[in-house]
Amino acid sequence: MFSLLKVVAQRIALGLLTLFIVSIFIAFVVELLPGDITQAILGQSATPETVAAFRAELGIDRPAPERYFDWLKGMLTGDMGKSLANKREISELVGRRLSNTLFLGGFAAAIAIPLSLILGMLAALYRNSVFDRGVNLFTLISISFPEFFVAYILILFLSVKAGWFPGISNISKDLPLGDRLFRSLLPAATLTLVVVAHMMRMTRAAIINLLSSPYIEMAQLKGVRPIRVILHHALPNAWGPVVNVVALNLAYLVVGVVVVEVVFVYPGLGQLLVDSVSKRDVPVVQACSMIFAGVYILLNLFADIVSIVTNPRLLHPR
Amino acid sequence: MSEIERLKKKLNRGQITRREFLSRMSAISATAVLPAMYSGDAVAGPQKGGRIRAALAHGSTTDSLDPATYENGYMSVVNYAIQNHLGEVDETGAMVPELAESWEVANGAKTWVFNLRKGVEFHNGKSLDSDDVIASFQHHMGETKSPAKSLLEQVDSMRADGKHKVIFELTGGNSDFSYIAGDYHISIKPSKDGKIDATDGIGTGGYLLQDYEPGVRSFFTRNPNYWKEGRGHFDEVELLSIIDPTARTNALTTGEVDVMDRVDLKTAHLLARKPGIKVEETTGTKHYTFPMRTDTAPFDDNNVRMALKHAINRDEVVEKVLYGHGVVGNDHPIAPANPFHAATLEQRTYDPDKAKFYASKAGGNIKVQLSAADAAFPGAVDAAVLYRESAAVAGIDIEVVREPNDGYWSNVWMKKPWGACYWGGRPTEDWMFSTAYKGGGSWNDTFWAHELFDHLLIEARAETDQEIRRQMYFTMQQIVRDQGGVVVPMFANYVFAMADKVQHGPLAGNWDMDGTKFLERWWFA
Repeated sequence: MFSLLKVVAQRIALGLLTLFIVSIFIAFVVELLPGDITQAILGQSATPETVAAFRAELGIDRPAPERYFDWLKGMLTGDMGKSLANKREISELVGRRLSNTLFLGGFAAAIAIPLSLILGMLAALYRNSVFDRGVNLFTLISISFPEFFVAYILILFLSVKAGWFPGISNISKDLPLGDRLFRSLLPAATLTLVVVAHMMRMTRAAIINLLSSPYIEMAQLKGVRPIRVILHHALPNAWGPVVNVVALNLAYLVVGVVVVEVVFVYPGLGQLLVDSVSKRDVPVVQACSMIFAGVYILLNLFADIVSIVTNPRLLHPR
Repeated sequence: MSEIERLKKKLNRGQITRREFLSRMSAISATAVLPAMYSGDAVAGPQKGGRIRAALAHGSTTDSLDPATYENGYMSVVNYAIQNHLGEVDETGAMVPELAESWEVANGAKTWVFNLRKGVEFHNGKSLDSDDVIASFQHHMGETKSPAKSLLEQVDSMRADGKHKVIFELTGGNSDFSYIAGDYHISIKPSKDGKIDATDGIGTGGYLLQDYEPGVRSFFTRNPNYWKEGRGHFDEVELLSIIDPTARTNALTTGEVDVMDRVDLKTAHLLARKPGIKVEETTGTKHYTFPMRTDTAPFDDNNVRMALKHAINRDEVVEKVLYGHGVVGNDHPIAPANPFHAATLEQRTYDPDKAKFYASKAGGNIKVQLSAADAAFPGAVDAAVLYRESAAVAGIDIEVVREPNDGYWSNVWMKKPWGACYWGGRPTEDWMFSTAYKGGGSWNDTFWAHELFDHLLIEARAETDQEIRRQMYFTMQQIVRDQGGVVVPMFANYVFAMADKVQHGPLAGNWDMDGTKFLERWWFA
């Protein structure tokens, strides 16, 4: 147990280092973009005097490294700073969006993970049957289409033609949970269709791989029922690779959904990031990137821990 | 209907040709005839009540409630919902009093006296007085990033005369100062110790701001205390920012919203066929241009400019880039909606022979680069390519340079010798000309300076005889058309759509959606 904690501590330290490098990288890349926030906001009306006045007002006439270290200092004391564009607290700006994104990601995961695990196990159980082929075909088709296309197909049939669901996800903060779920069902379904294939096929492959091991053959020879062979003997050993893929897809559900957000007008973090990049609102870009990077690091850490717990051999690399 | 009557009169007097009459009529028929039919049905007049939900193509998480930062259509709608101005533009394009009850001009249009309306209350209960007006103007003067700053540079002094009178002294006469004073940026807000709180969202407008999430949605309730008779009919208002055109259209067709702006022109005819939805359009002052830097070769030669002005097929561009939702331009920025538009000025048409003639006067081969990006206006790249093809017929070689959308306004516009640009237009000739055509002006994107033109601009501004002003502005439009550095191929319509139950009176064309005042002017049947 102690050695597990040591691994976790190591990973967290590495994660913080990664975050630091990401923040430098983002600051550098945003600096490379043509124009700055004053020109982006003033657009056509950016005369030299107004730009200079605006820059001085925002304090971005100072050199880039100085601004970065100011930001870093704030970040270390838990202060994300204020948006340059509208001077709102970033923590407040991001908080509402982040909870929306996590809600949608969580909703999609709650459908997608059980669905893909069950489908994967069933496909492994009845491998090469019509059911297996059908599930494979369907999930591969749904992952092959771009997500906006899947989204538009769902909108066309379920919303425009049938009129069962709203065509956009108009979410406000004081909406009751039931309405909220109803209004985010279509985007969640779109995301589910996009991620299910990856997880389902990994589950299927991992289990099929194990099914040819001698101890499974032993179990089968003992006369254990196939479903029990899979649940009790194969699945525990398959968790490692499956959880890794699940973690990867969960991260995608949080950070990669901007297209779905746009199509369904879902007020999530992705849209905030796109807006902020196009307006060169550096502190908000930094905050969003930190959150996205953090989500990736935490989910990967979680996957590694699960792998190690289910397969203690990984603690002692040779 | 007034526009149609006006055109009829002009045709009868021979002021416009029959062809022009037909093309204008077809451009406005969708605008004018449809609402006329509907308003014939709706004899009952405006009804109170209902919750209107609108999908707007603008809005960003970086927006702010500060009037000095209003730069997109979403904030304009919010602005007009919660705040009033000294004056407003009515459906005929005239500036009429709003928070000012009336105004008086004296001293060769150098002194302007605004008499404020009495008994108007802000949302926080404060009564409107002169101090509020002065503080609201001061927010846009001095050290500020406000776009209205340059407009207000002509103000020499402001002073209150009692609680309900504000006197402006201008540095030079300006007969159109009421239009400047009613500019949408200069929202009148309550003052405290001589200053306004720019982001408090409080005004005298018809709706109270209840919730505002930048770039996502805002929510309003009706101001029960609204001073303006017959305006502000909805009980509740929900404004959504939906930038993706497909999502916006979906929202309307699935009944999630009642109104949308910026209909996708490609599919506007399909949307109009859908039962329960009506598509409407207005021709305002919005125009798309190709400005040439007249201080840079070869555009410093007027023959080159004239050759290029004759080398674009305007009808084709209106047809293919605007899908017919616009009218052709005449190489000057004054729209038919402006008060002194020179309708008698001959329409410039596509004429390869004339283009060749001017090209030969300029010394033969014209080979130029045209920088374009869709950031300039939707379809700018397509328009540039069409331009290249029609110019090739006249032996003019245009190379279209595709520029990135990012940073277009800072790196391409007014930097490259020839590019694409759009103007929302201005309600008055003086304003438009002073903004972009006056020699040395900061937005003079053609770097053009013309002595007679600049002279007339100052003269016409201070002139109070409207007939003399008309003639002056006619001359100026002609000068820009024949000697200026700008190609103005088209005026783009504002196209928007709404559910059938949404009703409205005659539509103002100065901005999108009834002068952006649809929340105040429209109602549910």
